Amino acid sequence: MSQKSIEKIIALSSDLRWQIGDDFHDNLAEGIYADASEIAKNSVISNNKKKRFRLDTKIDKIVTSKTWGFPIMFLILGVILWITIEGANYPSSMLANLLLNNFHPILKTLAASIGMPWWLDGFLIDGVYLAVAWVIAVMLPPMAIFFPLFTLLEDFGYLPRVAFNLDYLFKKSGAHGKQALTMSMGFGCNAAGVVATRIIDSPRERLIAIITNNFSLCNGRWPTQILIATIFIGAVVPASFSGIASLSAVIGIAILGIFFTFFVSWALSKTVLKGEVSTFNLELPPYRPPRFWKTVYTSLIDRTIIVLWRAIFFAAPAGAVIWLISNIYIGDLSIASWTINSLDGFGFLLGLNGVILLAYIVAIPANEIVIPTILMLTVMATGIAGGEGVGVMFELDSASETATILKAGGWTLLTAVNLMLFSLLHNPCSTTIYTIYKETKSVKWTVVASLLPVIMGFVITFLIAQIWRIVV
Amino acid sequence: MENKVNSVCGSCSQYNIKGLKKLGVNISNFDFVVAIAGNPNTGKSTVFNALTGLRQHTGNWPGKTVVRAEGAFEYDGQKFKLVDLPGTYSLLSTSQDEEVARNFILFGKPDVTVIVVDASRLERNLNLVLQILEITNKAVLCLNLMDEANRNNIKIEIRTLARDLGIPVVPTSARFKEGIPELIQTINDVATGKIICKSYRIKNVNGNIDKAIKKLSDEIEKEIPTISNSRWIAFRLLEGDNRIINALRTGELV
Repeated sequence: MSQKSIEKIIALSSDLRWQIGDDFHDNLAEGIYADASEIAKNSVISNNKKKRFRLDTKIDKIVTSKTWGFPIMFLILGVILWITIEGANYPSSMLANLLLNNFHPILKTLAASIGMPWWLDGFLIDGVYLAVAWVIAVMLPPMAIFFPLFTLLEDFGYLPRVAFNLDYLFKKSGAHGKQALTMSMGFGCNAAGVVATRIIDSPRERLIAIITNNFSLCNGRWPTQILIATIFIGAVVPASFSGIASLSAVIGIAILGIFFTFFVSWALSKTVLKGEVSTFNLELPPYRPPRFWKTVYTSLIDRTIIVLWRAIFFAAPAGAVIWLISNIYIGDLSIASWTINSLDGFGFLLGLNGVILLAYIVAIPANEIVIPTILMLTVMATGIAGGEGVGVMFELDSASETATILKAGGWTLLTAVNLMLFSLLHNPCSTTIYTIYKETKSVKWTVVASLLPVIMGFVITFLIAQIWRIVV
Repeated sequence: MENKVNSVCGSCSQYNIKGLKKLGVNISNFDFVVAIAGNPNTGKSTVFNALTGLRQHTGNWPGKTVVRAEGAFEYDGQKFKLVDLPGTYSLLSTSQDEEVARNFILFGKPDVTVIVVDASRLERNLNLVLQILEITNKAVLCLNLMDEANRNNIKIEIRTLARDLGIPVVPTSARFKEGIPELIQTINDVATGKIICKSYRIKNVNGNIDKAIKKLSDEIEKEIPTISNSRWIAFRLLEGDNRIINALRTGELV
């Protein structure tokens, strides 16, 4: 074939296009529908087919209703969180006991018996091993409960209903309704949420979804929220209400995150990412009874193990870094102490302290290790007895022991509240930052997505600290 | 037609379970390429998993597959590479996911395209099926979610449907691994040419437009005698689809 005849065909096609007029697309689409309907009529036999659809419609009427839609959503989220928190307690302390109290001394003895030098023993066993062990003990049980529950809900078909409920709010914020789905994914893992934004066609709305995904409290941050809420928020109310109070505080933070998602989406779409809201069709799929055991099995194998592996992968080097900065001295202070002292002033302005800020710097690779880092640094900086010695990451067996250490470190209710807020509003973890870069291919937007939340965190914790100190 | 595969067909030649080897992501040196297309949320990823033994994430919401997943299986000594395409309702517009699916079927020239449809929403799903059949005539209709159709008292005459569409139709419930052996056998038969498809062409096109399409597709066939989807190319040219105009110029369609 020749280039000339190809051009002839193309020219012919523009001539014909002009002749047949511009309802060609609609005409063709209608033709296809007519054919489809004929074929279906020939081979589909259905008796009272409306029956089951009617049940689906009935459920939808309730779960997407104006009155009940949101309460049901929060109730389901609350129940899942409650099961996760309550159910994870026991296996967590068992694992901690096994890995930290039993296995750690065995390793130490073993290292001593083969004559390992103290620095290597400290670096490997007190640094790397303890970091990994802590991540397993604290993360594995809640994930092994949370992910299967979430997947069951997903298989049942509830997620599109959440998207349906939130669609109106997203539209108001100048964002895409499908952002509700990517936001839900973010509650598991922000990196996964960022990848999921590919379902959004418009680049403008996709950028909004990527930048705001970090406001979904991810799996690595739930344990921090839960622990701090249990220790400080639960303690200010009578003991019989402490469970409810701390659960409400955690859900409150999650809802605040959703609020920030809307707020920042709105602010972006009114300023740097202006544009039209695109419309889309959201199909509400039929409810399908999940295959219980298969779902539990695959979500355990796929999601839980993969996320856990990632956490271990990042926790190991972080543990090594913590041990190093606590054991390398400049003059008569360790690097960690120097940094904490120099960050303390800024930390005070934010109602936090130098320890927390340093912990967040060390924990950029994985949010999961924030709490153990804080504890270890607090023990070291305040010189109180407890824990396992200089630069050793540890977890205390009970929340009350943790509370003792934190209070000795000068913590108040303000520190706790601001830590919960800062845990919601700070830079994404390194995996998420890398994913954002891969998806946007833009240094500029990666920097914006990384710095915007941490700046917001600074501003908000600063304001709260000032108001708190005036009022209280 | 009843669909009790595992109990009845265990001894049948179709049930060639020994000839099957799930290869996961090992996709080197394949003999055939199989694309999996279909509407969102019809269970494409579940079918993909059942065929490859992989565990691509599945979930009950439309638009979940955003990354084109690839996997493989071996059957009767032949290696099949599988590509799980994003779910789309149509191939007529230009959103990104539709283009990914369309371009793969058109330019990737898969040896077989498995079109997964929701058996209880056949009519709506046929819209995409008819568009795909204009592009390729090596296709298998995977009538999935049969369990749900049965629950909703929907019966489908498989033979009538297969005759009307001109391609083999295999009823499955991929979630329960039902109908998968037959699906594999059928994919194999279409790929190796044992089954020759004579795929349906869209009929209800209004006279004026039909004439224009005929004229244009005759010209295209004259230029590129080997082409099998001249009619669909004509559709796209009349729509002014720049990607297709470019493809004609660069000879990508030959």
